[in-house]
Amino acid sequence: MNKFSLIWSNLFRRKVRTFLILFSVLVAFLLFALLRTVAGAFEVGIDFAGVDRLNVSPKYSIIDPLPITHLNEIDRLEGVASITHQTWFGGTYQGLNNFFPKFPVNPRAYFAMYSEFEISDVHLEAFANSRTGAVVPESMARQYDWQVGDRIPIEGDIWLMADGGKLWEFDLVGTYTTGGEAGLSSAFLFNYDYFDEARVEQTQGLVGWFTVKVANPDEAAALAAEIDALFENSMNPTRSATEAEFTRQFASQVGDIGLMMNGILSAVFFTILLLTANTMMQTFRERIPELAVLKTVGFTDVAVSLLIMSESILLCALGGALGIGLAILVSDAIGPQVEAFFGTFRLSTATIGTGMAIAVLLGIVVGLFPALSANRLQIVDALRK
Amino acid sequence: MAIVSLKGIDKVYTKGRETVEVLEGIDLEIDEGDFVALMGPSGSGKTTLLNLIGGIDQPTRGSVVVGGQQLVGLSSNKLAKWRSENIGFIFQSYNLLPVLTAQRNVALPLLLTKLSAAQRRRRTEVALQIVGLEDRAKHKPGELSGGQQQRVAIARAIVADPAVLICDEPTGDLDRDTANEILDLLEILNKDYGKTIIMVTHDPKAASHAHHILELDKGQLVKQVA
Repeated sequence: MNKFSLIWSNLFRRKVRTFLILFSVLVAFLLFALLRTVAGAFEVGIDFAGVDRLNVSPKYSIIDPLPITHLNEIDRLEGVASITHQTWFGGTYQGLNNFFPKFPVNPRAYFAMYSEFEISDVHLEAFANSRTGAVVPESMARQYDWQVGDRIPIEGDIWLMADGGKLWEFDLVGTYTTGGEAGLSSAFLFNYDYFDEARVEQTQGLVGWFTVKVANPDEAAALAAEIDALFENSMNPTRSATEAEFTRQFASQVGDIGLMMNGILSAVFFTILLLTANTMMQTFRERIPELAVLKTVGFTDVAVSLLIMSESILLCALGGALGIGLAILVSDAIGPQVEAFFGTFRLSTATIGTGMAIAVLLGIVVGLFPALSANRLQIVDALRK
Repeated sequence: MAIVSLKGIDKVYTKGRETVEVLEGIDLEIDEGDFVALMGPSGSGKTTLLNLIGGIDQPTRGSVVVGGQQLVGLSSNKLAKWRSENIGFIFQSYNLLPVLTAQRNVALPLLLTKLSAAQRRRRTEVALQIVGLEDRAKHKPGELSGGQQQRVAIARAIVADPAVLICDEPTGDLDRDTANEILDLLEILNKDYGKTIIMVTHDPKAASHAHHILELDKGQLVKQVA
């Protein structure tokens, strides 16, 4: 026998109670890890967004389209290195459950703008030269089991075809990689020319927003102001911001994700703290005579305190590790399903590390009072109990 | 040669404004290898005297020297270390840890030593053999009879090979036959292994196994019988 086996035996002296507490801690850390991963996925989009790219969107609402004629006017401004455009297509693929963003784009201009996305020359050429061509991230192709050459039907809900039809059909001509950090930019891309020609005539010539690469990132703010000033008195005024700022604003429309997550987690951990602390204190009270015996046979006050503290830390760390382990399994299982929306959905090392640190801290806080009480225990008084 | 030497011992407990004098002017010497029974009515101070000799309580006044070590004024940590090396405790209600097997209960005091795992295991086996419970090593206290539990407690008390065994009513919870077995075992430990035994008891038959009987009344030593 060693001290660890003594701690382990004491921890499981009342198995049902210990398993219930372990389960509570497990659920708390499962929640922690998954919610942190969700919040992290939003933050990845913000971190990833370029500071040398401006997003030029409609001033009043992102659902108001902008005329594509803005593109040439912006491109003429000094300080603009390149420009492209995107449009939110909406639409569904085989039901509402299969969500992924779909953008009609100018193939060459788009991939020149997003150089972090990698596409082979063959696939890019095929995309640029195919009227109904589309390219998707490799992860999306894997998820839906698409092969190059497949015809992919999308039912339009915002944009109708000129004949009033809703069914848009695209030919998959290639795939690209996003490095797993693409966030909302990880999308089903298809040819804008086809989209523009095929849609209802009244809506032709409209795009969702422009993306502008600035020649000098230090002058991005000035260029943004210049662009907005250019269209200030037009029918379609704009609001320009760096891509990072735009992504942050987009995320904030969903809500302050971090604040919501922290609020939920604080409530969960506070409840677990009370629950576990109560159990540890109850365990301590039940064992007062035994602790006195340990002191009698020669365990010092500090040694007895450390035994109690170790039990508490072991309980919380075990629950935390199980919860985080389960979260890893869950994220591996559901990650591919939500990757199109989040870009990436995996537990980061930071989340695992923070989770375990919180678990140990929880163990220390929970064990502190029983450990101090054990330290102060007088043998003679305790043996009488 | 005296292994226990108490001089001018007073012990006063304070409860609120009330003070209770439990021991008063005790002078006592116990020789090495002796087997002493402490008798007296309830509240006479027997257990308190035992606690002072065992180093788990401190006198209000006086000197307690056990095995050449002055215990008065020692820090809690030093007393703990001293107890682990010099004293074995046997309680009326056995005080075994219910979550541990007999073997692990016996091994508890050895966790504080620098012995290797193999040495600890060997010593535990020997202690269990001495008390005749080597075949119950894997049983938990709840699976043992009262007599067997007390034997485990005795094995725990002797496993670190202390010079002095402190026994507080070791047969108080046992039937006559089992009590006799335990007392016989204590006699063996005294005669064959040279342990000094100091035993508190209410039972004259139990006390008859001792070499000397000390009687306490109202905190004072009133009689010593050889």
